[in-house]
Amino acid sequence: MKYFYYPGCSLKGMGKSYEESLLKVCTKINLQMEEIEDWNCCGSTPYLGIDELKSMALACRNMAIAEKKGGTDIIAPCSACYLILNKTNHTLKDYPDLKEKIGEALKEIGMAYSGNLKIRHPLDVFVNDGWMEKIGASIKKPLKDLKIACYYGCQLTRPYSEFDDQINPQTMDKLIELTGAQIVDYPLKTKCCGGIITGNMTETSLELIYILLKEAKKRGADIIATPCPLCQFNLDAYQDKIEKKYEKMDIPVLYFTQIIGLAMGFSKEVLGINRCLTSARSLK
Amino acid sequence: MNNKDDIRIGFYICHCGTNIAGIVDVVDVKNHISKLKNVVVSRDYKYMCSDPGQELIQKDIKEFNLNRVVVASCSPTLHEKTFRNAVEKGGLNPFYFHMVNIREQVSWVHTDREKATSKAKDLCRAAIYRVRYHKMLERKRVPYNKDVLVVGGGIAGIQASLTLAAAGKKVYLVEEKPTIGGHMAMFDKTFPTLDCAACILTPKMSAVKGNKNIILWTYSEVKKVEGFAGNFKVTIRRKPRYVREELCVGCNQCIEACVFKEPKFPDEFNLGLGKRKPIYLPFPQSTPNVVLIDEQTCLHFKTGKCKQSCAAACDRKAIDFNQKEELKEIEVGSIILATGFNIFDAHKEPYYGYGIYPNVYTSLEVERLVNASGPTGGEVILRDGKKPKSIGIIHCVGSRSEKTNKWCSRVCCMYSLKLAHLLKEHTGAEIYNFYIDMRTPGKMYEEFYDRLLEEGVHFIRGKVAEVTDCALNKDEEGKLILRAEDTLAGFLRRIPVDMVVLSVGIEPDKKSKEMVRIFNIGCSTEGFFQERHPKLAPVHTFTDGIFIAGCCQGPKDIPDTVAQAGAAASEALALIDTGYLELEPNTAYIIEDECSGCKTCVNLCPYSAISYDEDKKKAYINEGLCKGCGTCVAACPSGAIKQNLFEDEQIFSEIEGVLIND
Repeated sequence: MKYFYYPGCSLKGMGKSYEESLLKVCTKINLQMEEIEDWNCCGSTPYLGIDELKSMALACRNMAIAEKKGGTDIIAPCSACYLILNKTNHTLKDYPDLKEKIGEALKEIGMAYSGNLKIRHPLDVFVNDGWMEKIGASIKKPLKDLKIACYYGCQLTRPYSEFDDQINPQTMDKLIELTGAQIVDYPLKTKCCGGIITGNMTETSLELIYILLKEAKKRGADIIATPCPLCQFNLDAYQDKIEKKYEKMDIPVLYFTQIIGLAMGFSKEVLGINRCLTSARSLK
Repeated sequence: MNNKDDIRIGFYICHCGTNIAGIVDVVDVKNHISKLKNVVVSRDYKYMCSDPGQELIQKDIKEFNLNRVVVASCSPTLHEKTFRNAVEKGGLNPFYFHMVNIREQVSWVHTDREKATSKAKDLCRAAIYRVRYHKMLERKRVPYNKDVLVVGGGIAGIQASLTLAAAGKKVYLVEEKPTIGGHMAMFDKTFPTLDCAACILTPKMSAVKGNKNIILWTYSEVKKVEGFAGNFKVTIRRKPRYVREELCVGCNQCIEACVFKEPKFPDEFNLGLGKRKPIYLPFPQSTPNVVLIDEQTCLHFKTGKCKQSCAAACDRKAIDFNQKEELKEIEVGSIILATGFNIFDAHKEPYYGYGIYPNVYTSLEVERLVNASGPTGGEVILRDGKKPKSIGIIHCVGSRSEKTNKWCSRVCCMYSLKLAHLLKEHTGAEIYNFYIDMRTPGKMYEEFYDRLLEEGVHFIRGKVAEVTDCALNKDEEGKLILRAEDTLAGFLRRIPVDMVVLSVGIEPDKKSKEMVRIFNIGCSTEGFFQERHPKLAPVHTFTDGIFIAGCCQGPKDIPDTVAQAGAAASEALALIDTGYLELEPNTAYIIEDECSGCKTCVNLCPYSAISYDEDKKKAYINEGLCKGCGTCVAACPSGAIKQNLFEDEQIFSEIEGVLIND
């Protein structure tokens, strides 16, 4: 099996620390992936809402490049990328007409895509492709006494639950357990954080974010772990506004890869933890 | 019988008002057929199925000395019988008749008049070609056993059994649980009259027990069914209850004496809300009034080390730890299936928190909670010990949903209203009903809804999105919050309550697919038993002699269930009182000289109608079981099996008739 890596825009920008920590963890366990050459934006949810055909053709270009190079699995760490690529795959299967049109579009630029690549999330790969043991063996600095709420966000398991339960997913919990940290019961695992509407309907989103943060704290969490760049941003960056409107939260929101990285003994700087807006100074 | 030249065919094409004549040029077809060989008379008529239409056939048979009749009209499932009877009345063997379906298969499915007419001609011509080879056949009569098996002892099975027994028939009533009563026995009150479920049900239960025509076997299940209508052979497994039914008088002294001083194990009848001992009576009015021992929890069965104080306490020596399961073989003529339903498993809607938050209940649990003989003596005390001051009732849980079950459960609006009333009466709490649509189509049902509105119960139109304990403010702290879009007011609501009731839907019984196999009946994709016709044969199945009643056929309330049970009983009686069963002659038969005894057909027969005669070394077909599916006919490597009405020459000439345009 050859993994291709599709970082998407987020992991090169706002979610840079996700990429930094993911690559550290992968290198440590010798999980090799090849970044798709000359990849482009997946279209994300906004473009899909405007022009489905163009948006999906755009997504397909990435898969066409990987397939040509002999790829079978694409790792897409960003939840939005993961969803869009997956949705494109499903749509190609369900709507042959659309597949034909997209095929024509790809042909124009000398490409083709079968629709058969598997879109994988790092959580899926780590847990289901047999990397758990290696991760477990690489833990140098167990995060004892640290209580963590695992927040998956809504896009990872809905509408497609390819590798985990829709409402009560478990893969991240299993990985975080390896680090020695304590998992707190967090029933809001897959509740929406507001997503992109934080930009235009901030008040609505703030309430959603507030509920997520408050419940994590109430249930004893020191840190929230997430696999989604947009969730991380929403939960991390709006804590000052939450403080003004509701109450002080002050709870760090980290990528799950940063937490695994910490337990593997990497420094906070290497893992990009210093980039958090809500300081993770409580972490040693 | 006839020389081919002596064949005299009468052809009749029906207009069916404009149903056929609107698309098919019936006169053109009539003229076309009249030119064919052997056709003596060819007519068109407005309604062939009417009395004058039938008389036309009879008159022609006499006048033109007809010996074959073809009618082109609707589907044979509707009127084949009508026309066969007409032909028979005209003095001809009814199997000299053939019917062509030019309505469902032509006029209703085509729009081009010319093409439709041409297709009608082809089909009618084929019938003329075919009918020439028809033979005189006889319907066989087999005697019909008067005894009836009723499966399922809920209100449907009870009602059907009592009706049959009242007519003097012998009934075997088989129930899987240790007592009859079914779901209805668990209910507190019934809508819309609010009469107590037990008060109206238990007299019927004791009537069953006291009726000399009814043999009641509880804690039993049907394992095997062989035979056919009028002559079923059924094997029933009676599970050991470790108590001799004929000796036990239900004095309950054994329960008192059990080494477990306090009830310790979840009590099935109260859905785990109460506790029972390993030796127990499901509920006070259990019928039969006989205790049973649960192997899973009884110390004797688990460890072998119990002083068996229950047995010592029984002065009638009814307790028998060595009891074994028993297989009973019975012969009956008819079977009524009244196997009931399961409630939707609320865990499958995780957003509603069932099994996560202790104060979320299913509606059936609430029935027990408000019942005076329930686990709390009728006082509504929640799992956390509190008494609720506010209650949310969520309708349609596991109903009308793309994700779970698409169908409406037909009872959940009404029982939600009933529970709202009872909960308000018991607790004085504020009650919020969240509904998608209020569905109250029944006698006095809408009036009951009005009454609840008057009583001050709140109704919010909107499907609840989630039940959560994530409080946003002081008022919500420690409560369960129901979030829903109020689609009448047009905004989102958060309503904090102490107790949530999930009005769960009705599903096919978990064993329904197994039942379908055992009884060889049909079921819908979801698993409800298939009636022969949704409107006109609602209690018949596609298997003769087997009838269905109650929720095994589809969700329904108690009045409809009782009505359907009565209907099933009377349909069974109609067959019994005829005294015999007439078998259609379209069965397969073996030409013994050509049978090589290879047994290919024996295993292929889906109705187990073929056996192997060891003496003759030939296959044998039981006409009573043969349904005329033709599988064996096609499979026989020696061509030794033929089928009445589907003989090779009949089918080949029919094909020739379609293809030759002469």
